[in-house]
Amino acid sequence: MSAQPMHIHPYERNWMVFSAVMLVLFATAVSVAAFGMGIQVPAPEQRVDPRIVATDPNSPWSNPGLREVSPGKYDAYILAHAIPVWEYLPKEITVPAGSSVSFYVTSSDVQHGFKIQDTNANFMVIPGQVSKLTIKFNKPGTYNYICTEYCGSGHGIMYGAIIVTP
Amino acid sequence: MKQYQLSTGEKKFIGSHLLVAILALSVGSLFGPLQAFEHAGWDIYPYIKPLIKSYYQGLTVHGVLNALVWTTFFIMGFLTFNVMFGLKRPLKNPTLNKVGFWLMVVGVVAAAIPILANQATVLFTFYPPLKANWAFYLGLTLVVVGSWVEGWGLFMTYFAWRKENPKELTPFIAFASLVTALLWQICTIGVATEILTMLLPWSLGLIAGVDPQLARTYFWFTGHPLVYFWILPAYISWYAMLPKQAGNGKMFSDSLARLSFWIFLVLSTPLGFHHQYVDPGIPPVWKFIHSMLTFSVFFPSMMTAFTVIASLEHAGRKNGGKGTFAWIGKLNWSDPSVAAQLLAGILFFFGGIGGLANASYNVNLVLHNTAFIPGHFHLTVATAVTLSFMGISYWLLPYLTGKKLWMPKLAVAQAWIWFVGMIIFSNAMHVLGLLGAPRRVPLGLAPYVPPEWNSRLFQVGVGGAILFVSGACYLTVMLMTALSKETVKEEVEVPVAESMQDLALTPVWLDRWAPWIYGALALIVLVYGPVLFDLIKNIALTSPGFRVW
Ligand code: HEM
Ligand SMILES: [Cu+2]
Ligand SMILES: [Cu+2]
Repeated sequence: MSAQPMHIHPYERNWMVFSAVMLVLFATAVSVAAFGMGIQVPAPEQRVDPRIVATDPNSPWSNPGLREVSPGKYDAYILAHAIPVWEYLPKEITVPAGSSVSFYVTSSDVQHGFKIQDTNANFMVIPGQVSKLTIKFNKPGTYNYICTEYCGSGHGIMYGAIIVTP
Repeated sequence: MKQYQLSTGEKKFIGSHLLVAILALSVGSLFGPLQAFEHAGWDIYPYIKPLIKSYYQGLTVHGVLNALVWTTFFIMGFLTFNVMFGLKRPLKNPTLNKVGFWLMVVGVVAAAIPILANQATVLFTFYPPLKANWAFYLGLTLVVVGSWVEGWGLFMTYFAWRKENPKELTPFIAFASLVTALLWQICTIGVATEILTMLLPWSLGLIAGVDPQLARTYFWFTGHPLVYFWILPAYISWYAMLPKQAGNGKMFSDSLARLSFWIFLVLSTPLGFHHQYVDPGIPPVWKFIHSMLTFSVFFPSMMTAFTVIASLEHAGRKNGGKGTFAWIGKLNWSDPSVAAQLLAGILFFFGGIGGLANASYNVNLVLHNTAFIPGHFHLTVATAVTLSFMGISYWLLPYLTGKKLWMPKLAVAQAWIWFVGMIIFSNAMHVLGLLGAPRRVPLGLAPYVPPEWNSRLFQVGVGGAILFVSGACYLTVMLMTALSKETVKEEVEVPVAESMQDLALTPVWLDRWAPWIYGALALIVLVYGPVLFDLIKNIALTSPGFRVW
């Protein structure tokens, strides 16, 4: 063993410099995407009690569905559950093209996922937590939202749809 | 020069690890093709209903046996071998290691019973509030504790060796194995806390509920470094054994190899949030910090790529290889151990690129929990790791049993078949994920599958069938070797590459543990501390258990 500084072959040194540069490039690209392009990930929003979130009359998820907050702006309260059957409530939402919808999704039993096909919305639904994300729907069409986390035998049939009308 | 020899008892001990590992892989991998066939629309589950009740019970068996049992047993056996062979001495306290091994075995049995009884169909991630039978959680705990005990046995052996050889540099394979065992001790604190403070008491009825967000956070504290626990043993072989096997090559740089193991130790744990980018309960700032740390693992990975390729090139040129790339053809491709590991390494390159995509904050949004993810990790754990371990077993089993490898040509074919099957399978899964197909779904039955997915789902089935053939070949070669009467004439040589660099040049700080361990712990406290503190302070044990399978 040597008490000298490490001996590095020149090829190796070049390679390490190259790696470091690549690393900085990647990190910058991701940072730009995260901050500059307004990429959203769910953030701590609100804690709820999963045992009563679907039944407590004060909980918006006791009456899940769409609320218009201002013209073209909506809040969608969505409940995911496996009991009594695997489904989202509501199963279907209709909004006009150009609408911006803020989704507030929670679960009254196990973990679920929530992925709206052909959009950037894709997040976990965890009992006790509320997942929030805002999506703007410009193109008319049907956008399925599907469950992306194993939630029991019916996981594969759990989905709903957003219908964007022209 | 005669190599250091393990005693018959020691060989048996390593061999027992291999036996459990291969049994687990055989049963676990059986379900892989069934899942793949289901995706393609060839649903076999109705026919096996008396044994396995559902796709998900099968998927639990597949994930637990392959990702947890096959890997852990093979790794503990391989690390133990490396420490003994590398340090040229027996274990300091063989009884301790035996106790660890048997704890793991009892744990596997305890977890297997509820899984087979359909009482633990919670998949290998067992996210609460899905609630399994308590024996499942107890079994997992015993596996982890058993692996700790085996790890302590290795550390004690090292300390004893160090006392006898105060000035000597730890031989590389022993050094790297010890770092891997160390990493495992640190990172499993997460899952141990999850099970012992929440899941086990809850499944026993001692507490009424759990906090699912906190449980996920504990789980991924272990879940990410788990992948380094899987891959580092393959790296040990790629760094220090494969160059020797491929053409008597030497390891390019001893110091940098050691440095990269230490960096892996420091960096592997404090970045688990990249599995939780889209969890609601984790502040985005911390997700971002973990994403930056995730990228920094790119650095030791690139160093590894360099050293491994440079060492292989040395082997190829020794075999008469020329040109920029032509030396690759001169490696000992006819040796099944070499072919398997080289092919594993090639697919790992693509796995690494996919990993960069997953780690990216923005791309992850699209890929999270899609079929892209199993597409990715079948290149990494199911190929880079699994195919390498298969390759290692092609020399290790003859070494341990003194039997000649049965039909080496079939073994070479096995590696190639796996390679081809995996390219087809994994490519189709990646594309499906990009098209939006979710994972953990029997897609053959899902109501929302658009027609564009069908051709890819078919390819998943084709890949699965090819992989099945390869798995069957592997098992046959192992079985026939173990049962064969044909013994090897001379002792099987353990392939260990010498260092190209003069070992006297390896700096002394690369052989000291303390600074690296403190560094690792400090970084963990720094980037996990605040979030965990908050989650624990606001813990809400409000989720009762559910059995919805
Ligand atoms: C024999 C070849 C194999 C085939 C055809 C295969 C096929 C599959 C398929 C289709 C899935 C996705 C299931 C779904 O998302 O619903 C899957 C999941 C998985 N496979 Fe494999 N696999 C094979 C071997 C392996 C090996 C060797 C390992 C690990 C060492 C492995 C580890 C896993 C894991 C951890 C999962 C995830 C389970 C989960 O989502 O809970 N597989 N496999
Ligand atoms: Cu689900
Ligand atoms: Cu990870």
